[in-house]
Amino acid sequence: MRGFYSRHPVWSGIIAILVAILLWMIFALWPDWLTDAIGRKKIFLNALFNGVTLGGLYFLVASGFTLIFGLMRNVNLAHGSLYLLGGYVGFLAADWTGYWLLAFPAAFVVVAALGVLLQIFVFRRMEGEDLRQTLVTIGISIVLADLMLWIWGGDYYNISPPGWLSGPVETFLSTAQKRSGDIVYMKYPVVRIVIFLASVAVGVAMWLLLNRTRVGMLIRAGVDDRDMLSATGARIQLVFVGVFAFGAGLAGMAGVVGGTFQSVAPGEDIRFLLASLVVVIVGGMGSIPGAALGALLIGLAEQFGSVYFPTYAVVLTFLIMVVVLAFRPQGLMGRA
Amino acid sequence: MALTEERPAEIAAVRESRIPLAYWLVGAILIVMPAIAGDYALYQIFGWTFILGMIALSLMFLAGYGGMVSLVQMTVAGLAGYMVAIFGTSAITDISQGWPWYLAIPLALIVAMVFGTLTGWLAVRTEGIYTIMITLAIASAFFYFVRQNYVVFNGFNGLNGILPPPLFGVDWRGPTAFYYLTLFWAALAYFAVLYLSRAPFGLALQGVRDNPRRMAALGYNVNAHRVAAYAFAALIAGIGGILLTWQSAQVSPGTVGVGPVIDILIIAVIGGVRHPIGPFIGALIYVILKTFATDALVGLGLAGERFQLLIGIGFLAIVFWSPDGILGLWEKWKASRGRDPLLDRDEAKF
Repeated sequence: MRGFYSRHPVWSGIIAILVAILLWMIFALWPDWLTDAIGRKKIFLNALFNGVTLGGLYFLVASGFTLIFGLMRNVNLAHGSLYLLGGYVGFLAADWTGYWLLAFPAAFVVVAALGVLLQIFVFRRMEGEDLRQTLVTIGISIVLADLMLWIWGGDYYNISPPGWLSGPVETFLSTAQKRSGDIVYMKYPVVRIVIFLASVAVGVAMWLLLNRTRVGMLIRAGVDDRDMLSATGARIQLVFVGVFAFGAGLAGMAGVVGGTFQSVAPGEDIRFLLASLVVVIVGGMGSIPGAALGALLIGLAEQFGSVYFPTYAVVLTFLIMVVVLAFRPQGLMGRA
Repeated sequence: MALTEERPAEIAAVRESRIPLAYWLVGAILIVMPAIAGDYALYQIFGWTFILGMIALSLMFLAGYGGMVSLVQMTVAGLAGYMVAIFGTSAITDISQGWPWYLAIPLALIVAMVFGTLTGWLAVRTEGIYTIMITLAIASAFFYFVRQNYVVFNGFNGLNGILPPPLFGVDWRGPTAFYYLTLFWAALAYFAVLYLSRAPFGLALQGVRDNPRRMAALGYNVNAHRVAAYAFAALIAGIGGILLTWQSAQVSPGTVGVGPVIDILIIAVIGGVRHPIGPFIGALIYVILKTFATDALVGLGLAGERFQLLIGIGFLAIVFWSPDGILGLWEKWKASRGRDPLLDRDEAKF
């Protein structure tokens, strides 16, 4: 952080000013001219919260994607299918047992097992052949999408959270002041907040695992120099299988989250594959903090875009990608 | 004229005879096809094959000679179709400008080329699989954009009623006329790619594909060659896109969705990306499958909607066992047939 400040004093200043404005917009009661200019504060805060929580969801999907890519150079374009499968499995698990929390381990285990199969039967057979892997995973995603359409049909499934999580909670953020002087506080669905906190916890745990443990050391060494690591006698294939299973399982759990936030339906696989592609391109390939930053940016851009200029919302996301690519082709947190 | 007269007659004769018999045969069959085939086959099967083949050809040019797998080609084609609808005439009179075809078509192609070039400019900053990801992201952004945008692109419904201009008093949507129209442009695109692959630019592009650092050391501007390849590919895709729009008389977000974008990749890969004929073979297989698979699946007792599964499994099989597609299989077969198993040498060389 200090290094960034000394290298880019102007940018740091601009970022600090923007953060200050954002904080003021979040905590202050809006004066009338601001409401007239961009609408009510409630809408703004909702877009902000939705964007941040959507970012949490994107992070869950994209971090598995970027982890698999970072370590094994495997572009798994079937990652979106893993997400969707997780959503369906989670729905079934929650529906049969009646326990929402059970959906997460169920989705994780099933999708991770599929990931292990993919790693053993597909990726290990074509190690280092990027293009073939990409094409094969595209084929797999087509087949999986149609199989899932066959099994579950075109319906929308909603995974409903348990009673203690459904319904809104009153936050401490004010949205408006009544004539009587009472301050109206913002209400927000508690399940989204809880899930966002959980994805932050997952992110922090991943960072700790990667940076503070022996396994993490092995993985990072594998990212940097795979051949050297295998020469030292590390059982790299085992690490590969483990990481692939973990990344796939994360996508599966994200499917449950997505099914709770929105719904599980055909087509969501492509949507989340693309979201993770954009997140990872913006954040930088193979970087967990990059995935977090990219997910936050894209989630916010999508929500703010759809609130303030719906016709051109997609262009905003796209513009972020173009600008990042034009100035930092390796992504914001990627290494050159 | 002077140039051709100065060339010795023998060389010209050798050149003539170098064109294999198969070319004359296929050419002759294609030209007399309207006498053999019915209207449906001419319009739906062959017209569609040539169009999809052209769009896949633009991908083949980038992937085969440039080593850049771009998924944005269908988007470029769709954009050209949209532009023809917007600048020219369509049933949506609020949006269409109604300009004459000699303005609308060149403008559409220019817009498509500019878009393709910009995409290329972005994509060449990264390599290999990143190109696939970035172009896929751009393609999907375009899809979501046109679906949301009602002011210019008429959102979900797109634009319909887009007809080819009645030039020379011919109704170009008639089966025979449309067949020749698509055949003409497909053949032109095919020979253009074939010519370019042997021209200095194409050779330099293939050099860049094989070893960018060496080409840079030789003084070639690697990125400029790549971007130029994107521009040329965008022109072919744009022509294909306009024809596609005329064929179905409409263009909508469904034309440029992620499914069609991937389909173009599938067509190119199934056919083979080593030679410009590959995309057309792939397109023919794809169109025949798409037209008849539903009936065949129902006949087998499966639901007709499982078409996508069939395509996916076929694609997987091809990628798994023959990375060079049908052309690769053909070459393998030819090599194994032309080789004398006892002497282990080529019979053809005898």
